[in-house]
Amino acid sequence: MGFLTGLFWFVVVIIASMAAGWMFRAAAVGISPRGVAKELKTAPLTASFGMLMILIYIVVAVFAPLIAPFSETAIVGREYQPWDSVHLLGTDNLGRDMLSRLIYAARNTVGIAFVTTALAFGVGSILGLLAATVGGWLDQILSRTVDVLMAIPALIFALLLLTIFGTSVINMILVIALIDSTRVFRLARAVAMNIVVMDYVEAAKLRGEGLWRLITREILPNAMAPLVAEFGLRFCFVFLTISALSFLGLGMQPPTADWGSMVKDNATLISFGDITPLLPAGAIALLTVSVNFVVDWQLQRASGLKE
Amino acid sequence: MTETKKDVLLTMKGLRIEGRADEEWLEIVKGVDVTLHKGEVLGLIGESGAGKSTIGLAAMGFARDGCRISGGEIMFDGIDLRTASEATKRDLRGKRIAYVAQSAAASFNPAHKLIEQYSEAPVQHHVMGRSEAEKDAVDLYRRMQLPNPEEIGFRYPHQVSGGQLQRAMTAMAMACRPDLIIFDEPTTALDVTTQIEVLAAIRDIVEQFDTAAIYITHDLAVVAQMADKIKVLLKGEEVEEADTRTMLDHPTQDYTKSLWAVRSYARAEQPPVEASATPVVSVRNVTAAYGTLDVLKDISFDIHARRTVAVVGESGSGKSTTARVITGLLPPRRGEVLFNGEVLPPDYRNRTRDQLRQAQMIYQMADTALNPKLRLRDLIGRPAQMYLGLQGKQLDDRIRDLLSLIELEPDDYIDRLPSELSGGQKQRIGIARALAAEPQFIICDEVTSALDQLVAEGILKLLDKIQGEFDLAYMFITHDLATVKAIADEVVVMKEGVVVEKGPKSEMFQPPHDPYTELLLSSVPEMDPDWLTELLQSRGALPAA
Repeated sequence: MGFLTGLFWFVVVIIASMAAGWMFRAAAVGISPRGVAKELKTAPLTASFGMLMILIYIVVAVFAPLIAPFSETAIVGREYQPWDSVHLLGTDNLGRDMLSRLIYAARNTVGIAFVTTALAFGVGSILGLLAATVGGWLDQILSRTVDVLMAIPALIFALLLLTIFGTSVINMILVIALIDSTRVFRLARAVAMNIVVMDYVEAAKLRGEGLWRLITREILPNAMAPLVAEFGLRFCFVFLTISALSFLGLGMQPPTADWGSMVKDNATLISFGDITPLLPAGAIALLTVSVNFVVDWQLQRASGLKE
Repeated sequence: MTETKKDVLLTMKGLRIEGRADEEWLEIVKGVDVTLHKGEVLGLIGESGAGKSTIGLAAMGFARDGCRISGGEIMFDGIDLRTASEATKRDLRGKRIAYVAQSAAASFNPAHKLIEQYSEAPVQHHVMGRSEAEKDAVDLYRRMQLPNPEEIGFRYPHQVSGGQLQRAMTAMAMACRPDLIIFDEPTTALDVTTQIEVLAAIRDIVEQFDTAAIYITHDLAVVAQMADKIKVLLKGEEVEEADTRTMLDHPTQDYTKSLWAVRSYARAEQPPVEASATPVVSVRNVTAAYGTLDVLKDISFDIHARRTVAVVGESGSGKSTTARVITGLLPPRRGEVLFNGEVLPPDYRNRTRDQLRQAQMIYQMADTALNPKLRLRDLIGRPAQMYLGLQGKQLDDRIRDLLSLIELEPDDYIDRLPSELSGGQKQRIGIARALAAEPQFIICDEVTSALDQLVAEGILKLLDKIQGEFDLAYMFITHDLATVKAIADEVVVMKEGVVVEKGPKSEMFQPPHDPYTELLLSSVPEMDPDWLTELLQSRGALPAA
């Protein structure tokens, strides 16, 4: 019977999510200006559900102090209290309110992951496009450097760099951005390689366009679709890397709340059949899935793919 | 050859095919009737979008992805292909109905030898065993006049030339001795000289085996050689159908007449250039190479203002490389390019902005020559903004002027993306972009070869008109001698990187010719149905059939 109940709840959750997505899309179409509304109408339910979830995460992250019932770091009870009316999700290994920490962690983890991904993309795609456009020795130097960096396993390399430079939020952002930008570089270069041979790029070169304009006007817009798709995936990887590093104790430092370290801190509870430590993991999973829903939709639009 | 009393092989009645676009079904073939007798060749002719290929595929009971056969009946030798099961149709295809695609290079599997791909269908359909099929292949290769028929089957597709590959593909279609073959533009991608060999081979083998065929093409002169009767299509509807000779001599519909008339366009003869005039562009003793391979050998010619120089030759003759040398994309190994008497820096990066402005280029494929993410406003406006420093209102006016000049309504088109234009309109945008720089010299690289004849004629007339208005000099790269006749003042014939012959058009089309020019000229198909036979006889290459 356990299986059937599980199946029942699974179906309920799926239907509820789709309904939420549908309502969100209807509401969004209603309140946005006409041009945007037209685009939104084309969104599949998965994408509107994804947008709704991302919006909720953003609201939670921005208004964390208002929403959270307790402070991020205050010890407000005994350790490992069960769920009750005061501490809705119980307390953690030090007696801090689980729900409040979950809410504050959205701010830290999501914010840092976003900054890191954006940085990795900025550096990786600009260098990648540059390498493809200029070619020659610049391409060789950049590509070989990236090959060297990519030859070292990512997590071990990150651990190594963090041990050398010390663990701080800034260092973590820089290290992860550096490692991830090599992956972005490879993709951006490969995509741009196919674009620089097009006649319109040749026409622009013959027109005497400068390098910057060549990249931003002629190449980048046509490389956008795969880069956007990669952004979604990369965001999730960065997110997981941060959580992994935090889990290993080299990421976010206590007492800052973070979903990765929250899983680690409360992992003991799993052996007692308590699902509380899985909630932060669920939060990570939900966000990554949501981001990918939206990215898939955008990718389909940008590349003109039909189902 | 023109008997019609034979048994009916294929009938399509009121054929309707729909294609799905933007969430709705649009009719692309609107009730076409086709009747084909055994051993008869039907030519389907029309512009792109006329539904030629779609009808050809429907004859196999097949509709492309996103298309469906929505009405009418298709009877092949007593079998209703609309209600037949997939298994029945699969059994017919390859065995009784075969298909020859436009691009043989794209249709062969590059990983297998030709003969393996040849044997596939006969073995699959249990017509013959593998060794028998391979013997048969050699026989057919011989009949298709492929060189070394014993050996050629053991090559991979990339090891034979385009024309040979197309013939190997026709042989492959013949493998099961089908009753019907559908040829979908089999020679469109080939040079004229190669085209002849393929046409002759196809015609021959279709006659030998008394196979019925549907020959799809947009080239009237080609279809005149191949077909017993011709059906003209326009936007999914039949315009008219008649015997080849009747159709050529007495077309009844206006549309057909306009198709016929395209070939007669020729611009007015220009007065000869004064001897003292400085040419706009002068190519002097240019030798250029990719790597260590010389692709241009000591090329020289001049282009004067208000004149069009057509550079003619087969693929690989160095026509486009000459353009790359002039634009500075490929610095020559020896020799120089003069512009109004001044030597141009060999590399475009060292040229001044004004030198770049003066020489513009129009590309063969408008699809890849226009940035798909920019609107027409930016595509056309950019050169004007960059070279002439136009801003705001002035720039907007200039863009609108240019759009009017290329006969597109400015208000409708200025904010469109290239994907919202037809092929001919895209090519017009390419012209407007070149004009926006206010150049003295424009290189047109096969600008009409990807376009339908009527559209191409429009482009040629437009180019002719603006040449007069802006005193432009054109270098016109083409392999199509009909285009040369239409637009050129002078002709430069190239072969394997060497200028074989050059001179005014009037001289070029009069004998005596250089042997290569003669070969090129005589290979251009003519509208006379007997042309191919006569040509082959005169060349002494007609096989004893």
